[in-house]
Amino acid sequence: MKEMKLFLGPQHPGMHGNASVHMYVDGDIIKRAFLLPGMLHRGFEKGMERHSWINNISLIPRVCVVEPDINEMAFAMGAETLAGITVPERAHYIRMIILELARLSIHLMSYGGLGSPTGLYTLMYHAHTDRNTILNIFEKITGHRVYHQYIIPGGVRKDLPIGIEEDIHAFLDDLENRYEEYRDLGINNPTVLARITDTIPLPAEVVWELGVTGIGMRSAVNKPYDLRKVMPYARYDKIDFEVPVADYSDAKSRVDCKLQEVIQSISIIRQCLKLIPEGDVRVPLGRGQSMRWTIPKGHVYSVVESSRGEFGYFMVSNGGVNPYRVGVRGASYPQGLLGIEKYLPGTRLDDAALWVDTMGVCSPEIDR
Amino acid sequence: MKKRYSMFTPWRHFKYLFKKPLTIPFKDIFTKKNADYLNKNSIIKSKKRVEESSPREAADNLRGFHTNDWEECIGCGTCMDICPTEAITMAERLDVEDVSGALQQRPIIDYGRCCFCALCVDTCTTGSLKMSKEYIYTHENPDNFLLMPEKLWQGHVVKEGWVKDENSDLLDLERVHMEHEDPEERKSSFVEIVRGYSKEYAKQEAARCVECGVCTASCPVQMHIPAYIKAIWEDDIEGGLRQIYETNPLPGVCGRVCTHNCETSCSIAVRGEAIAIRWLKRYIIDSAPDDIYKKSIMEPISEVIDAKVAIVGSGPAGLGAAYYLRVMGYKVDVYEEKPLTGGVMRYGIPAYRLPDSAIDKDIDFIESIGVKMITNTRVGRDISMDQLEKDYDAVFLGTGFFKPRDLPIPGADHKDVIGAMDFLPKVRDYERGVLKLEDIDVAKSIVVIGGGDVAFDVARSATRLQMLKYGKTNVKLTSLEDQDVLPCSEDELIEGAEEGIEFFCGNGPQEILLKKGKVTGLRLWKCLCIFDEEGRFNPEFDKECEQVIEGQQVYIAIGQSPDYEYLPKSLSEKLTFERGKIKASNLGQVEGLPWLYVGGDILRGPDLISGVADGHRSAQGIDDYLFNKAKKKEISKTLKEMRLAAKEQTPGLTYRQLGKK
Ligand SMILES: Cc1cc2nc3c(=O)[nH]c(=O)nc-3n(C[C@H](O)[C@H](O)[C@H](O)COP(=O)(O)OP(=O)(O)OC[C@H]3O[C@@H](n4cnc5c(N)ncnc54)[C@H](O)[C@@H]3O)c2cc1C
Ligand code: SF4
Ligand code: SF4
Repeated sequence: MKEMKLFLGPQHPGMHGNASVHMYVDGDIIKRAFLLPGMLHRGFEKGMERHSWINNISLIPRVCVVEPDINEMAFAMGAETLAGITVPERAHYIRMIILELARLSIHLMSYGGLGSPTGLYTLMYHAHTDRNTILNIFEKITGHRVYHQYIIPGGVRKDLPIGIEEDIHAFLDDLENRYEEYRDLGINNPTVLARITDTIPLPAEVVWELGVTGIGMRSAVNKPYDLRKVMPYARYDKIDFEVPVADYSDAKSRVDCKLQEVIQSISIIRQCLKLIPEGDVRVPLGRGQSMRWTIPKGHVYSVVESSRGEFGYFMVSNGGVNPYRVGVRGASYPQGLLGIEKYLPGTRLDDAALWVDTMGVCSPEIDR
Repeated sequence: MKKRYSMFTPWRHFKYLFKKPLTIPFKDIFTKKNADYLNKNSIIKSKKRVEESSPREAADNLRGFHTNDWEECIGCGTCMDICPTEAITMAERLDVEDVSGALQQRPIIDYGRCCFCALCVDTCTTGSLKMSKEYIYTHENPDNFLLMPEKLWQGHVVKEGWVKDENSDLLDLERVHMEHEDPEERKSSFVEIVRGYSKEYAKQEAARCVECGVCTASCPVQMHIPAYIKAIWEDDIEGGLRQIYETNPLPGVCGRVCTHNCETSCSIAVRGEAIAIRWLKRYIIDSAPDDIYKKSIMEPISEVIDAKVAIVGSGPAGLGAAYYLRVMGYKVDVYEEKPLTGGVMRYGIPAYRLPDSAIDKDIDFIESIGVKMITNTRVGRDISMDQLEKDYDAVFLGTGFFKPRDLPIPGADHKDVIGAMDFLPKVRDYERGVLKLEDIDVAKSIVVIGGGDVAFDVARSATRLQMLKYGKTNVKLTSLEDQDVLPCSEDELIEGAEEGIEFFCGNGPQEILLKKGKVTGLRLWKCLCIFDEEGRFNPEFDKECEQVIEGQQVYIAIGQSPDYEYLPKSLSEKLTFERGKIKASNLGQVEGLPWLYVGGDILRGPDLISGVADGHRSAQGIDDYLFNKAKKKEISKTLKEMRLAAKEQTPGLTYRQLGKK
C-alpha cells in the first residue's frame, strides 16, 4: 500500500489554534507524524528581552490563548522572587481565583473539544456557553475576556469589582448542578466512551521519557504530583483540595481526571472567596515610574501547575529594566512536539485529534 | 462509577424540554451600532435581526477604545513611551494653547497595533487618558484605524471603562525623602538646611521621571533636564555633568536656590509631587569629583579668536556670559566691585540656603577655563566705562539690582529702618568671618516688611543672629498679601514658621513709631486690595482696622533697585530706561551701541536662572557682532572657519542654536 501524506489542520475542527499535524498514513494507520506549530507565535522569548518588566505583561499572556493567566503568574512570581518583594495577601487569593477560573475554562473547552473528534457537537456548545460565562466574569474583573494582563509583578492590577463574588458563586453553583449532566453527555455517553476507552494510551515509561507532566503524567503513574501541592505558590498551601490520579492513562482516564479537577477547582474558588482578606492588591516592583523599574541581577525558574502540567519561566535579570533572557517551558511541549512524533505512529488517523485534545497540545507554548 | 440503564432511561431527557436553552443569545454578541453598520453594508440583510440586536453593554472595567480629555492632557507623551506595541505617536497640534507645563501635542493611537493593555491609561501623568466601554468599530478604509482619542468617542459621550485607580497607577507620585536640618538646631547657625541626596536616594528620585521634557520647555536656559536625570538614574555622573554644562554654568548654585519653574511645570506634579529636579542637579554637582570636570566638560578652548570682552558685574548674568564667551574662545575679563565674585549669590542669599562652598565650586570652574576675575574694582570709580570701551571689543553689563528700595512712610529715614540689601551682605560677611557678631546690629525684636523670598531671607537671617546674640528670637513679618497668597516660595513659609517667625500678613505699613528717638514699632492698616482695576499697584487700606506691632528695628524688603551711577552721563543719555531696566534687543544688545550688551536684573530678571539665560544669549549676540565686525575689517580670512571650529567645541551653543531655528 502506498504511503500518503495528510494534513490534520490548521483548518480542522480537531486542531488547536493554528497548529497542524503532518502525517504519513498507510490506510488509516499513521506511519509518521510531526507537528507544525504554525509559526505564528515565534520569537516570544526574544520579544520579552526587548520589553521592560512591566511592558511584558502585554506579551506574556499570549503564550497560551485559552489559559493565559499561568504565564502572567509564572512571570510575575519570577520577577517577584528576583526583586525580593512580598505580594499582598489579598493579591494571592485573587490570583488563585483567576487561575482556577482559567483552569475551569480550559478544562471545559477541552472537554467540549472532545466533541469535534468524536462528532458530538452538543458537548462543545455546552462547554463554550459555560466558558462564555467565565469570560464574562474575567471581563468584569480584569477588563478583558481573553488576554487578561491582570496578574503583574507585585500583585494584580486592580481589586475585585464590587459584587463579583455573587457572579462567581452563581456560576459555580450552576456548573456544579449541571456537572452530572456534563458527564452524561460526554464521558458517560456510550458512543463517546467507545471512542475514548483504550484509545492512545500513554504508558508510564513514556511519561518519564518525554517529561510529560500534569494530568498526562498523573493519570499514567498514579502519583498526585501537582505543583500546587508539592511546591505550593500563592496560598495553595492554605487550601484543601485533592489531586485526581489514575493508573492507566488512556483518553478516557485523562478526560475523567479533567472532570474531577473541575470539581476541585470549584471548591478551591469557593474556599478562596471565603478566606480572602481585605487589603492592598499590589506593591510596586520598586521606587520610580514603571518604565524604570529594575530587578537585581540573578536568575530564577518559576513554575506553576497549568491545566496541562508544569509551566515554567526561566528568567535572567542583569539588573536592567528588561529581562536579559526568558525561557518558557510550555507544559505541552513534550507531548505536543515529541509525543506526536514518537507515539502517534501506529495509532489510527482518527485518534490523532484525540491525542491533541486530551493531552492539551497548545501551539504557542511550543512555538514561543 | 457505573450507571445503570433501563428501558426508561431515555425518558429522562424529556426534562430538557422545560429547561432554559444553553446558548448565547444573538443580542449578547452584537451591539446595535455594529448591527446597523452590518445592515447598512448589506452584511446582515434581515431588518428584523438588526432590530433584535440590542446593545450588549460591556463590563464596567472594560478596556475598550480610548478617550482623552484634551483639557487635561498635557501632551507629555508618557503614554507613547510605555506602549508595548508602539501604537501611540504624538502628533503636533499647534491649535492647542501654548501654556507652560504642557506641550502642543496629543496622542494618536493606531488600533491596528493596540492590544488594549491599558498601560497607557495606567501611566498617564494627568489621568486624562481613559478607556471606554466601546469595543466595536468598523470602517471600510484601513487608514481610519489611526484615531486621535478625544473626550468624546466618535462624537458621542460614552461610558467610562478602564480608568486608573491607586492600585493600577504606574507612576511614583511621592517624592523621595530629603533630610533637612532640624528647625531648633538650625536656628542657631547658618548651616545649610537641605542636606542633599545620597546616591541611593538620588537614583530613586531620578527613577520617578518620565522624561517628558515639559520642564525643559519652561526653563529659561532650557536645561536638558530629562537627560541629566536619566544620567543619575544610570549612575553616570560624568554624562549628567556634561548635559548640565551645555546650558548652565552655575549648576551647584541653581541646584540649591533656583526658582525651579521646571518643578512647577513637572508633569508628575499634576497629580503628585514634582520630581526634585533642583536637588537632583545639586546631587550631580556635589558628587562630581573635581577631576571629572576637567576631563569631561573642558573641551580644548580655541585660542584663535583675537577679541576681548569686558564683563561688568559677576552675578549670574555676568558669569553666564563670561563662561560661554570663554568657551567660544574669547578673552574675558570680569570686573567686580566687591572682594568676592558672585553678586547676589555671594552677598544676598543667606548661607543656610547657599553656602560659599557651592558658589566656589561653580565659579572656580569658570575661572579655571581662563576667565579673569578682577575683583575690588568698581567700574566708574577704579576704571571708567570709556576705558572699557577702548580696551575691549565688546562690553557686557550685569550689574544687577543691588540697592534696597525705600518705603515712603513717616519714620522710614531712621537709622534703625534697614534695607534688606544693606543687611544681607553683612550677614554673609559675618558667616564667612569677615565681620564679627558685634559688628552687626540686630535688635532683640524686629519687624520685617515684605512677603517675598528676600523678606524671608532677612527674617530668617535675623532669627539666627538673635539666637546667637540673645539666645531667643522675636521676629515679625508683615506683608500686603494674605498669608495664603504670599509671593514667597512655599518652603520659605513652612521653614520660616518652623523657625518661629510671627506673621502679620494682609496689612500695609503706615508709620514707623518712634519714642525718644528710638524705633518702637510699626503701625499697620488692613490691606483691602493691592492692585486697582487696571492692574496697577495701588493698595487700598481699611483705616478702621489698625494694629501696632512692636519692634526695635524695621527691615524693609519690598524689592531692590539698580545703581547706574557708574555709567558716565554721556553714555546713560544714549540708553533708554524702563522701570529701572535698560532697553535692549532680545540678545541684550543696546540699540545704537552695538558693542554694549546688558543682561540679568537690569534687563529682564527676576531670578538667577533668567540671568544665566541672558548671559548665554548675550554671548551669542557678542559672538555674532564680533564676527561680523571682524569680517568687515577683514582681519583674518580664516576667521570664519576658526569660529565655526570653536563653536563646534561648544556643545551648549550648538544645542541652543538648533533650538532657536
Ligand atoms: C536677597 C535676595 C535673594 C534672592 N534669592 C533668589 C533665589 O533664591 N533664587 C533666585 O533664582 N533668585 C534669587 N534672587 C534674585 C537673583 O539673585 C537675581 O535675579 C540675580 O542675582 C541677578 O543677577 P545679575 O547678574 O543681574 O546681578 P547680581 O547678582 O545682582 O550681581 C551684580 C554684580 O555686579 C556688581 N556690580 C554692580 N555695579 C558694579 C560696578 N559698577 N562695577 C563692578 N561691579 C559692579 C555687584 O557687586 C554684583 O556683584 C534673590 C535676590 C535677592 C536680592
Ligand atoms: S492600550 Fe496598550 S497597546 Fe493600546 S495604546 Fe495603550 S499602551 Fe498601547
Ligand atoms: S500620558 Fe496622558 S497627559 Fe501625557 S500625552 Fe498621554 S494622554 Fe496626554
